[in-house]
Amino acid sequence: MQPVFLLTDIFVYAILLFVLWYIWQVRSNRNLRANWRLAMKRPVAMVSIMVLGFFLLVALADSIHYRQVLPSAPSQAKQYSSEANSVLDQILQPLAAARERSYSEPLSAVAFRKETFERDGVSVRDYPRLRFGGQHLGKPEVQLSEDVSRRTVFALGWGACMVLVVFVLGLLMATISSRQNLAVVASKFINGQTEWPWRSMAITFTLMTMAICWVVFLSQGYHVFGTDRTGNSVLVFAMKSVRTALVIGGLTTLVVLPLALLLGVTAGYLRGWVDEVIQYVYTLLASIPDVLLIAASVLLLQVFIDKNQGVFETSLERADARLFFLCLILGITSFTGLCRLVRGETLKLRELEYIQSARAFGVSTPRVLWRHIIPNLMHLVLINTVMQFSSFVLAEAVLSYVGVGVDPKTASFGVMINTARAELAATPLVWWTLTTAFGFMFLIVLSANLLADAIRDAFDPRTRLRSASSSAAPTQEVAA
Amino acid sequence: MFRFLTRKLAYGFAILIGINLLTFVLFFKVNTPDDMARMQLGGKRVTPDAIEKWKAERGYDRPLFFNEKEQGIAQVSNTLFLDSSLRMFAFDFGRADSGRDIASEIVRRAGPSIALALPTFVVGLGVSIVLALGLAFFRATYLDFWGSVLCVVFMSISSLFFIVMGQFMFSRVLQLMPVSGFAPGIDAWRFLVLPIAVGILSRLGGEVRFNRTLFMEEIGKDYVRTARSKGLSESRVLLVHVLRNALIPILSASVAVIPLLFMGSLITESFFAIPGLGSYLIEAIAGQDFAIVRAMVFIGSFLYILGLILTDISYTLADPRIRLQ
Repeated sequence: MQPVFLLTDIFVYAILLFVLWYIWQVRSNRNLRANWRLAMKRPVAMVSIMVLGFFLLVALADSIHYRQVLPSAPSQAKQYSSEANSVLDQILQPLAAARERSYSEPLSAVAFRKETFERDGVSVRDYPRLRFGGQHLGKPEVQLSEDVSRRTVFALGWGACMVLVVFVLGLLMATISSRQNLAVVASKFINGQTEWPWRSMAITFTLMTMAICWVVFLSQGYHVFGTDRTGNSVLVFAMKSVRTALVIGGLTTLVVLPLALLLGVTAGYLRGWVDEVIQYVYTLLASIPDVLLIAASVLLLQVFIDKNQGVFETSLERADARLFFLCLILGITSFTGLCRLVRGETLKLRELEYIQSARAFGVSTPRVLWRHIIPNLMHLVLINTVMQFSSFVLAEAVLSYVGVGVDPKTASFGVMINTARAELAATPLVWWTLTTAFGFMFLIVLSANLLADAIRDAFDPRTRLRSASSSAAPTQEVAA
Repeated sequence: MFRFLTRKLAYGFAILIGINLLTFVLFFKVNTPDDMARMQLGGKRVTPDAIEKWKAERGYDRPLFFNEKEQGIAQVSNTLFLDSSLRMFAFDFGRADSGRDIASEIVRRAGPSIALALPTFVVGLGVSIVLALGLAFFRATYLDFWGSVLCVVFMSISSLFFIVMGQFMFSRVLQLMPVSGFAPGIDAWRFLVLPIAVGILSRLGGEVRFNRTLFMEEIGKDYVRTARSKGLSESRVLLVHVLRNALIPILSASVAVIPLLFMGSLITESFFAIPGLGSYLIEAIAGQDFAIVRAMVFIGSFLYILGLILTDISYTLADPRIRLQ
């Protein structure tokens, strides 16, 4: 195997390192730790972290690319496949290989439309059997529902076993570490009186495990979310889209952060002509309607790619470069809001006494900025970053619809919705592609939004007092 | 006031010049007229003569920034940049690749755009204020809690979902109104009801939540406590005192948006096939017509700057504590 590092892969790893570094920072900083503790003690926050964590794992598995060794004679040099695969591709390989001819409904054994074909030497017009879905069934019309329910029960049983093992282990661990009676620990857990929201986490864990088990078990014999026009599994496409969505959200944030922070802080601290220039630049960028600037830039990129076909080796690299560029442009168009916010806050901070005294002591400007100003802006930056994340994910779908989003060959929710749009006009209705795309997107965006809310409540000094007092008095929390 | 306005206008003018330069560099320097001609004429087998002819028809055959063949001032003035920029500031945008005059096309298409955008904006603002006030009235109850949860849920739904579902439910299943299209005059309402409803719904969650926080902030202030201690009823406190004060930031923020309404809504218009400016732009993007895109960028920025100036003025009108400087 030969590892392949796509442009966005490298940045995904960079984001991961950055997050790890940040966690390390939080651990060594008492103030930050207290704030994060406050945020994480909310059940909503932990639940969204778990859901996002799952999608993050999927995205990470899809970010490790390699080329497989092609089978060749032992005397020859090793040959690598021309297309790069990811770990997720490898996992989903059986499903991706199980292609049908065209549309098929979720959990179905026959195709979606009638065709004329030969059966027992007679030409009939009926729904043809699928190549993969329900192939093991002798008479699908009778056996299908029984088989599906049998597999469902089996899957849920497996899931329940796994959940039970984790629960028992967890309770035992908690009993040992807290040196309390098992019954006490269990009753605290059931009544939700633990310090951390273990009960909500346990419910989420149960639901997620059950859902994943169900999908995994039924995928052995069926297309759980149906197939699209070309007969590809919708589930595979949706799973591949997760990475695109998260990359758009994460990478764009990575562009926005340094740009807004650097420009905003220097403008606010140095004042004078630097301030004027920076203000001019961000007013300029803000006054161009976002979609227009993005559209124009993506059009130019397309022209560039068409002119320089040789730069990218594979179509995957080409699509990846476009994704990367899209994040870059999206970041440039949307850094202005945070930049303005940071500038305003810096203007306020620089007049405070501790900054004045630091300056009087002769601390150099970069050091004042790094040690004294930026740490006091971080709550603003953090809140804004998490809140923007979900809007980027939503923006991708819209941009892909307009035709200036990701490459049409890249798996993404926008591409999915765009291709599925025509299907709504068809009768009978092809509902599953759209439903899957919107469902996945909704889950990601909703959990990101909820997490952003919890973080804002914990970090924003205006709301922090309120939430701190309410968590001190548990009865009040129940009432709210 | 006069000095303030002239300074703001001068700054806006400077921004417009910057935008003009930026778009020119993007569209003509990075993507040269040769590329455009090749793309429009199609394929790689275009003869150089055809490209020259295409460029000459549009006046793209002149140098970009500096004309060496001319003498004196014409060295700078007889160039593509200065000529097209000056025309742009006079709102003369030249011709689209299809041969139509862009300016008259924009005027023609502004009507449907406004017919869609203005009701969406006004009704949406009204509905969100009423709902937010309702949540603030029932604050710290289950109604408020679940209302806020619903807002987050609405915020998390892609606007595309509302469009797709709206078209599907009302046009195909219930057959109440046409799927898409447009008719001039009074008949237009049948085509507009659904896009307007969709437009309001897709923004409702975020707006209600935002307005609710404004109301809640206002409710915590001292004058509200005074009003309550005078013995005023809760509804009177909210409807008279809180509402009037909270409307200042809400309306001032809205003023900035009003000029941009002329630009129309990209997505809604193209989904519902309404021949407004939004769909014009989408067609231009799809057809890679840079003249139209550049003109639209210019108008969009112009309206944005207009909105900024209007916001400044409306702030001072609404709040006497703020002085123009």
